[in-house]
Amino acid sequence: MIKYILRRVLLLIPVLIGVSFIVFSMMHFAPGDPARTMLGETATQDQIDQLRDELGLNDPFLIQYGRYITNVVVNQDLGRSYVSKRPVANEILTRYPNTLKLAGLGIGLAMLIGIPVGIISATKQYSWLDNITMFFALVGVSMPVFWQGILLILLFSVTLRWLPSSGFDTWQQMIMPAFALGTGSMAVIARMTRSSMLEVYRQDYIRTARSKGLGEWLVINRHALRNALIPVVTVIGLQFGFLLGGAVLTESIFSINGVGRLMVESIQRRDMMIVQGGVLVFAFTFSVINLGVDILYAFLDPRIRAQYK
Amino acid sequence: MNEKRTGPWIEVWQRLRRNKMAVLGLIVIVFLILVAIFADYIAPFTYSQQNFEAALQKPNSTYWFGTDNFGRDIFTRVVYGSRVSLQVGIISVSIALLVGGTIGAIAGYVGGWIDTILMRMMDIMLAIPGTLLAISIVATLGGGLRNVMIAVGIGSIPSYARIVRASVLSLKELQFVEAAKAVGTRTSKIILKHLIPNTMAPIIVQSTLGVAGAILAAAGLGFIGLGIEAPRPEWGAMLNAGRHYIRDFPHMTTFPGLAIMITILSLNLLGDGLRDALDPKLKD
Repeated sequence: MIKYILRRVLLLIPVLIGVSFIVFSMMHFAPGDPARTMLGETATQDQIDQLRDELGLNDPFLIQYGRYITNVVVNQDLGRSYVSKRPVANEILTRYPNTLKLAGLGIGLAMLIGIPVGIISATKQYSWLDNITMFFALVGVSMPVFWQGILLILLFSVTLRWLPSSGFDTWQQMIMPAFALGTGSMAVIARMTRSSMLEVYRQDYIRTARSKGLGEWLVINRHALRNALIPVVTVIGLQFGFLLGGAVLTESIFSINGVGRLMVESIQRRDMMIVQGGVLVFAFTFSVINLGVDILYAFLDPRIRAQYK
Repeated sequence: MNEKRTGPWIEVWQRLRRNKMAVLGLIVIVFLILVAIFADYIAPFTYSQQNFEAALQKPNSTYWFGTDNFGRDIFTRVVYGSRVSLQVGIISVSIALLVGGTIGAIAGYVGGWIDTILMRMMDIMLAIPGTLLAISIVATLGGGLRNVMIAVGIGSIPSYARIVRASVLSLKELQFVEAAKAVGTRTSKIILKHLIPNTMAPIIVQSTLGVAGAILAAAGLGFIGLGIEAPRPEWGAMLNAGRHYIRDFPHMTTFPGLAIMITILSLNLLGDGLRDALDPKLKD
């Protein structure tokens, strides 16, 4: 088990280096001169040249990348914002908890509703309940998070005046964003749980359990569910990445002060240093979550554990 | 001739036809494609035609879906928006399929260190959530239809690479490939002529669902102001423009929102139906 975990952690390193290289190259070759962005329209060419020199922007690409990555790893320094001149790491870290909370609440809600719905649907396959829930699950997958956000605001903030339409401090402010963001994943998880349960139902050990005279509840709970949830765990991990992307949109709709909204604003200001740092932090978060999922997976699935004994 | 009538594709079509929801999805998509093609004849106005005297009208007999803050006809803009969405959906999936499919086919067929390198590269791309990758590419290249298509397309390359690789891996040990190899067929020809046609089933399913995902991603980009340049109508950008008027004029967001949802829902219904029809084993 420890060998497996160690292997997975080590695999994370080249992936993250690769991600940083891709993101750095993209931002490096993006149009626009960072020195000009920092100094503003009124700067003279001399001032720009001097700043380019100070920032090392005239060095070869690989040297610049090497300096960036060393700073990130050694000093946890993601550079400075071109616009506010503040350290990117600070700008991101002050907003990171909100984004994480949003994505966490979204996935929590998605699991809380998606898994039971999937189980019920599978136990009552082809019933009206199954048909209705699966149709709504498909609608949920098809609903853009931003439109759902707008509809929720229209219903609960404008018409009913029950919930505030912006901010992210009180639980009242958190309900709508979490729900808007989580719906898509909820639907995916429900569909996955259902098909996984149906798959397990066909197995011999379920027939054995039933023929032993076990009650249906016990069969579901003790025999089917445990095995059926293994693939669902993977989907939940992948959905988390989807939610991090969706958080960018959700934060924009509900005016939440998170990393996603910071990135959108930074793109508009061409503050590429922040965009670069933001993508890195998101990719890091997603990779760590997936690492966690893989470890959990090994924990749940004795077949994987056995391979690394 | 007789053989053709019972060929595998006919069988698939017969199975698909029995799935009412999938057929419904197919009908809606064909309808949308026709709307996009004949937009010039369907739309009563031009999409950029402003009429400030008629700004912010609720749906009525002249303006079926109402007008926006510039007095532009929303029905016209939703109709033209279908062009942008379908174009982005189809072209970006084609980009992803072409590049990802090639990578997957080579990785799967050649194997060894080439496989390892290519698939590790895909893992790296997968570590960046798709929406974010698309956002950063558009941030780098700038907005506009072409760049949005490229950005969304690049974002989904890894999933096609993985699917094609998995299919090729399971196929390459089969006898017809061995036979082609034995008679000295070139590797590129084996991949193109023998392997790719046989990986079609999962690719068709993934592409149908992929078009839906691409349209959603492009609308998301439009929504945060990184999409197609104005005044060209795009459903996501229309939603974004309308949300500032949501208190008094919700019709501005209702219709583009419905358009996106109906399109995605239909593609998902069709994709699900195709999956069941192409892989009868999955259906009990």
